[in-house]
Amino acid sequence: MTTSRQSSLQIRSQTNFAFSWRMLWRDWRGGELRILAVALIIAVTSVTSVGFFIDRVERGLNQQAAELIAADLVISSSRQINTDYIKAAEQRGLQIAQTTQFRSVAVANEQPQLAEVKAVTEHYPLRGELRIADTPFGEDRVVDTIPARGEVWVEPRLLQALHLNVGDSLQLGAKTFVIRHILVYEPDRGGDMFSVAPRVLMHADDVAATRLITTGALVNHRLLIGGAATAINDYRRYVKQHLQPGERLLSVKEGRPELRAALDRAQRFLGLAALISVLLAGVAVATAARRFAQRHLDTSAMLRCLGATQRSIIRLFSLEMLWLALIASSIGCALGLLTQMGITRILDQLLLISLPGPSFRPLVLGYATGVILLLGFALPPLLALKNVPPLRVLRRDQKGAPVRTGLVYLGVLLSMGVLLFWQIGELQLVMYVMLGMLVTLLALALAAYGLIKLLNRLRQRVGVAWRFGLANIARRPGSSVIQIVAFGLGIMVLLLLSTVRNDLLNDWRHSLPPDAPNHFLINVQPDQVAEIQKFFDQHGVHKPQLYPMVRARLMRINDRTVSTDDYESDRAKHMVTREFNLSWAAKPQVDNTIVAGKWWRESDHGKNLLSLEAKLADTLRIKLNDTVSFDINGTLRQFKISNLREVDWDTFNINFFTVVPPGVLEKDPASWVTSLYLNAAQKRQLSELVKRFPNVTVIDVAAIMDRVRSIMDRVVLAVEFIFLFTLLAGLAVLYAAIQANQDERRFESAVLRTLGARKPVLLRGLIAEFITLGALAGLLAGLAATALAWVLAAQVFHFPYQFDPVIGLAGIGMGIVVVGIAGVLGTRTVLTQPPVVSLRQGV
Amino acid sequence: MDLQQSAFVQAVHLGKRVPTSEGPLTILDDINFSIPSGTSVAILGVSGSGKTTLLGLLAGLDVPTEGQVIVNGQDLGVMDEDGRALLRADTVGFVFQNFQLLNGLTALENVMLPLELAGVANPRLLASDLLDRVGLRDRMTHYPNQLSGGEQQRCAIARAFAAQPQLLFADEPTGNLDQQTGKRIIDLLFALNREQGTTLIMATHDEELAEHCDRRLQLDNGRLLEQTESISDIGC
Repeated sequence: MTTSRQSSLQIRSQTNFAFSWRMLWRDWRGGELRILAVALIIAVTSVTSVGFFIDRVERGLNQQAAELIAADLVISSSRQINTDYIKAAEQRGLQIAQTTQFRSVAVANEQPQLAEVKAVTEHYPLRGELRIADTPFGEDRVVDTIPARGEVWVEPRLLQALHLNVGDSLQLGAKTFVIRHILVYEPDRGGDMFSVAPRVLMHADDVAATRLITTGALVNHRLLIGGAATAINDYRRYVKQHLQPGERLLSVKEGRPELRAALDRAQRFLGLAALISVLLAGVAVATAARRFAQRHLDTSAMLRCLGATQRSIIRLFSLEMLWLALIASSIGCALGLLTQMGITRILDQLLLISLPGPSFRPLVLGYATGVILLLGFALPPLLALKNVPPLRVLRRDQKGAPVRTGLVYLGVLLSMGVLLFWQIGELQLVMYVMLGMLVTLLALALAAYGLIKLLNRLRQRVGVAWRFGLANIARRPGSSVIQIVAFGLGIMVLLLLSTVRNDLLNDWRHSLPPDAPNHFLINVQPDQVAEIQKFFDQHGVHKPQLYPMVRARLMRINDRTVSTDDYESDRAKHMVTREFNLSWAAKPQVDNTIVAGKWWRESDHGKNLLSLEAKLADTLRIKLNDTVSFDINGTLRQFKISNLREVDWDTFNINFFTVVPPGVLEKDPASWVTSLYLNAAQKRQLSELVKRFPNVTVIDVAAIMDRVRSIMDRVVLAVEFIFLFTLLAGLAVLYAAIQANQDERRFESAVLRTLGARKPVLLRGLIAEFITLGALAGLLAGLAATALAWVLAAQVFHFPYQFDPVIGLAGIGMGIVVVGIAGVLGTRTVLTQPPVVSLRQGV
Repeated sequence: MDLQQSAFVQAVHLGKRVPTSEGPLTILDDINFSIPSGTSVAILGVSGSGKTTLLGLLAGLDVPTEGQVIVNGQDLGVMDEDGRALLRADTVGFVFQNFQLLNGLTALENVMLPLELAGVANPRLLASDLLDRVGLRDRMTHYPNQLSGGEQQRCAIARAFAAQPQLLFADEPTGNLDQQTGKRIIDLLFALNREQGTTLIMATHDEELAEHCDRRLQLDNGRLLEQTESISDIGC
């Protein structure tokens, strides 16, 4: 016997695996693991479906954003594209096209007009599409060809400027072309719309015949590359190793900034939803695990009594939790995959892009989340089980020393942070939310404790049912604090989702409202300003605000003559050589923010001061109080930089890099510009406008804006969907919190009923308890939600946020209703179960 | 027989004091005895006399503040908690007043538990044999709250004997049962005890129950009053 026992001891560690599986099954059957499993499944489902969704949508959106550079990757160079790059791309089976861009003077009827010429090869554009029309402002259509040799496609304003029609001739350098179509849209147009001359699109093979590209000409050559992501990544690595000075690699992220901003925000929203879901599920898991541990004190004591060592207890429960984590994660991953497949199907029509298939990354994330969440949040209370003294089998009041769990939780939070950072890639967002959550938890706990103490005093002044309810809260301050915090977090998320989310999303959508300007008018002469305003007024269009601008060329910064050689970046080189448009204004535009210096006062009007856009200042290395000299109409004029401004370029409002005070440039030759919204019917009036004011140029940005807007709409839909999981996680927290001290409550009710308390009294007591808990939690949640929304709006999403006192009241209302109803429903078995059963089961 | 008469459990100057706000409280004071292998001993005393504490110390569930407990030649005082746990796993079985069955497990699974912990092969077969032996063949898949008190205690006895312990502790095993059921439980306990040659130490306040034992140790206010029946001297 002894020998067999010794050998059995040796194999004991191996049997832990099998034994932990059986324990898992038994606990599952006993209903001990359900909340843990549900919370975990919600967390993993939400994180994987967000993961899958972000992964697929982002790759999809990136594909769409790829159209903004007309390719997946672009090599931009001031010299001819190195043929090695072309060979390398062909070897990798990648698709290529080339563009050559330069400025030139187009001539017709002996009249010159500066034009932005772009010569393209077959297959251009690799991403996105060209749209053309047969008449200016006429119906447009998509084409998959490029201009034939000897033909050009031009923007309508070139026809306007040169008084031409489709079918007329246009001379570029040494060659004459036929104008075949109106170019309505090219995906990689970019640039800013005022200073750029109208586009002329031609076939690449015609470039040589124009003889326009000579040594020293400012030409931009581009190699457009398209293909599968892996091949593109491989190619990118190759190019990065061989990149020469003057060559630049452009990828999707460097497409139009306003679209990039939309994508970034989308990622933040989705990331936020995933983050909160996971953290909430963590709270639910921690709450449920506490109860699990509580209910396993006897098991642990019995196992110790039967000879299990502390280590084997930890190993046993850890293994049991590991199995649970793996099973729940598998279910969560499968659900995540299914959910995102379903939602993608629903959104497919709206998305208008074919999403790439799911990748493995979200699965890894799902399992990692499941295991870290469960082991991390469940282990601390389970660790305490090792300390349960075996003497508990004889004396039930023995509970054992608590373990220090602070470090474990900190470790869990850190690992979750790293995991989420890996997924979301937004350190700032992850830190804000995690810190916010911690601070909220602490603040909620402290406030809850204070309120409970306060309540206790109130107890003597209320009726028996309320006294019973309030006593229940006050008697278990620790447990009540945990419940209030858990309820509070749940409600806070519900509040954030129901009110603040709307605010955030609407604010975002309002940054580009349906009536945001979609047309620009430039070259308006000073004497035409009033007439143009009258024209639109007569046609039922809101009278547009016109802004003056005076052309200027930057000559000196401080006392140094500017030169392209001073700068390395193409942008800086481009900016110093371009013409600046100096405007004047008494007040800054509403979407401008002064980030350095001060805007001028009325007494400064007439002084040579300049307000410069902050990013441009950075690019050109100009600082506050520097002086800059512009050549304005042949005269050198010096200005002092009195302030730097940040400009919200994605509003499509008229904005200027350079603004001076009134009273400085009024005598210089100025033209006026405006932006306005025109609907489809109003748009037809443009032909008349152009006829009446032939010098005025109209730029139509409706197509670009539609793209931005459709991306926003898609993203909002996706975010709304993902927030559903956050909602579920919030509900899981509420459920876990209600279950948290179910056993104690059941036992106490049984005792009271045995002592003669009638069911209605007990029910009223329960209602009183939950309503009070709900109100306290709701009040705190309302405050926390307001604070969090403000921080998110101000720090992360950069929206103006209005404080809404209703949120506090909504919190209390929601707390009372949700916690009251859910609490009473969740604990009704306390009243329906015969007292003898409850008493027999013990606490 | 020498082997049978050698001390299997020894208490040497055993004492337990706990700190209270009014100074240390003595629960057990200078307890000395020696129990030979295979004998059955009743620890008698009124509530609060220290029976359960003594049982806890002898089983290594608690540590004394003074003196020693020696089980099967091993001094529990020099072992750490895990060492004592291993000793319990190999040597000791328990029967409790409140049965201490785990509510989430069926009768069969409760009995399987010590076998599974010891890594014994085929625990299901052994456990069902034992349940059959205690008359619970038809209740194997029932949960503790579906069993009567007597059935629960029979299940607990089956669990206690499952790992064939050399030493069995019973704490008021009939305390929660009516007289008739209690009697049947005692008969079963002693029958199995005889079959397996187990050393039995039972805490009880029931004189009649104590009659079944070879020896009786009377506790009063933490001190051993008398020992009835002849016992070998300490250190035998």
